[in-house]
Amino acid sequence: MAKLTFKGGIHPYDGKELSKDKPIVELSAEEVMVYPLSQHIGAPAKAVVGKGENVRRGQLIAEAGGFVSAPIYSSVSGVVKAIEPRRVASGDMVMSIVIENDGLGVEEEYEATEYPEELSGEEILAKIQRAGIVGMGGAGFPTHVKLSPKEPEKIEYVIANCAECEPYLTSDYRRMLEEPEKLVGGLKIILQLFDKAQGIIAIEDNKPDCVKLLRDLTRGETRISVRTLQTKYPQGGERALIYATTGRKVNSSMLPADVGAIVNNVDTIVAVYRAVKEGIPLMERIVTVTGDAIKNPRNYKVPIGMSYTAILEAAGGFATQPEKIICGGPMMGMALFGTDIPVTKTSTALLAFSKDAVSAMEPGPCINCGRCLEVCPGRVMPSRLADAAEHFDEETFLELNGMECCECGCCSYVCPAKRPLTQEIKSMRKLQLAKRKR
Amino acid sequence: MSKQFHVSSNPHVRSASSTAGIMLLVILALLPAAGVGVYQFGYRAALVIVVTLCSTVGTEFIYGLFRKKTTITDLSAAVTGLLLALNLPVTIPLWMAALGGVFAILVVKLLFGGLGQNFMNPALAARCFLLISFPAQMTNFISTGEGALDAYTGATPLALIKSGQDVNIRDMILGNITGTIGETSVIAIVIGACILILAGVIDLRIPGSYLVSFSCFVLIFGGHGWDPAFLSAQLAGGGLMLGAFFMATDYVTRPITVKGQYVFGIFLGIMTGIFRIFGPGAEGVSYAIILGNLLVPLIEKVTRPTAFGWEGKKHAK
Repeated sequence: MAKLTFKGGIHPYDGKELSKDKPIVELSAEEVMVYPLSQHIGAPAKAVVGKGENVRRGQLIAEAGGFVSAPIYSSVSGVVKAIEPRRVASGDMVMSIVIENDGLGVEEEYEATEYPEELSGEEILAKIQRAGIVGMGGAGFPTHVKLSPKEPEKIEYVIANCAECEPYLTSDYRRMLEEPEKLVGGLKIILQLFDKAQGIIAIEDNKPDCVKLLRDLTRGETRISVRTLQTKYPQGGERALIYATTGRKVNSSMLPADVGAIVNNVDTIVAVYRAVKEGIPLMERIVTVTGDAIKNPRNYKVPIGMSYTAILEAAGGFATQPEKIICGGPMMGMALFGTDIPVTKTSTALLAFSKDAVSAMEPGPCINCGRCLEVCPGRVMPSRLADAAEHFDEETFLELNGMECCECGCCSYVCPAKRPLTQEIKSMRKLQLAKRKR
Repeated sequence: MSKQFHVSSNPHVRSASSTAGIMLLVILALLPAAGVGVYQFGYRAALVIVVTLCSTVGTEFIYGLFRKKTTITDLSAAVTGLLLALNLPVTIPLWMAALGGVFAILVVKLLFGGLGQNFMNPALAARCFLLISFPAQMTNFISTGEGALDAYTGATPLALIKSGQDVNIRDMILGNITGTIGETSVIAIVIGACILILAGVIDLRIPGSYLVSFSCFVLIFGGHGWDPAFLSAQLAGGGLMLGAFFMATDYVTRPITVKGQYVFGIFLGIMTGIFRIFGPGAEGVSYAIILGNLLVPLIEKVTRPTAFGWEGKKHAK
């Protein structure tokens, strides 16, 4: 069978061998845990605990600030030490609840559901909403909102995004190998919401073991199929993935639901399973800690709220002094000023590179080679968009469809002149999005 | 904070390709044609190459001194110098070759803003400048008698065809003919083109549409009907192969859009046909390409790609 794919994209060095063969290790919480109130797209959560209050593990500490928002739960038992602004990965200061871990591990009682298939759609959505689940692939869009499209009967595909196309990241891979039944279980629960939908588990062909495992596991399932994708970045980008698996195209003015598709990432689907089946709210996630400057690269199951510094220590610290550390993957992740920031619901990885490939390169003039056009999954003209952005020519930027950029970074990656194309386009896009809101 | 980390926008990894690397590949790909030229026309061909190289790289270097920025390391001036030399007859006075180099780099490239900003191919513009200024010396294709083409004098194959005489296709493909230093051997040029295609530096969109549309034009308007010998002589003769693979494909002066590249190639084929068949001279490639260069902004404007997911839809502005 022909491999499913999209037009454009790149094949960067994937670095996955550093961490892919080691089982996930569970980390225990540290003494002080930090829970930013904004770990998702939408309104920030509102704190419902006060300073000095005792909390248990699994207790609600901040409620959703609206429909497009998500509640936050404590991942430790202890005392609320402060509610104050703390630095997060993006570099911003965000109001956060700081909890001192008492180490007693006093835990809430969870209400498990033995037969999730007997639940109604509303009950499932309520459980997902209550658990505070958001898109854990990095975007952080509240999952209950994504799963409540205007016309649920028109959803034909529920796609499990198991592409993991970002180089170096292996958290989804490990999750699929170690807990595949939870992924399948979560997908079945989501399929209960959409009567007409087919479930697609979409995996890049560099993970044949996962493909085989999930095929075996879903053998009797009539509503779930496992599809193999060509290994190529950004195969796991939402628009690329929908196109590869269904042949349907989503542009920037549409939602996936407009073409009858809903996409969720592996960790998110597992969180849905845990929330609905076991009644456990979102309190932990898998984080890949890797890069050539990390002593023991591997995946960790990390309580949300733990600092990057603590994870780093668990991974044996730095092998060499890194020049660059990144929250997320090398293509779309954010460079960090330091490791003193908390793990949130959307922290996919911590990368440390001994050499920063970017600052070592001197950008030159564009030679018009056209490589950026060839690799752009949005089929726009990155070099011209960057020119327009650089000269602050908003009109040209919009005329050249600058808003169709998904900021995947392919153009900067291939540019022989080493121009920061993605950066230029990104900043102009940010400005235009802010203008639209006004 | 005790440790300082680099902070920059994504992506944090880059491919290994570089401007200088691409230019180096182009130089490598031009070496077979240059080699055949030197073998055929003797040491003076090497001398012309060295003079134009020194002239283009030297001009860029001196200009860089004033701008306090060295740009010769991107190797683009060297590519221009080599291309220009391959487009000159071996008998050209050396000062003229040097002047061509200065014109190419200073007037055509640097004064328009340097690499990436020129709207005409510098080497070709310089060739045309020399052709107009010194027509006699630029079309003096008499062998110096030093190389393999001992005492082979006279007209180029294209000029012979134009005056109704027969030419030897085998010699044209091997390079046993007169012409400019780098244009005589089809085999050497195609070897170079294969290097560039395999390395991903160029693709067949422009050369392919150029050669195909030119062939069609010659078959229809050439006055010879279906005459394979005439067609092959037209394809193998003059600067067509060198132009199609090495100059029409110049990144800076060809359209960046995929559709635009086909349009550009077809336009060049038709213009070359018109110049060769209806024009007074036997040659037409150089003029066709620089004329095509001028139309690039227009071609790009009408061949913009459709963004993903907008096929057949109207953009909401």
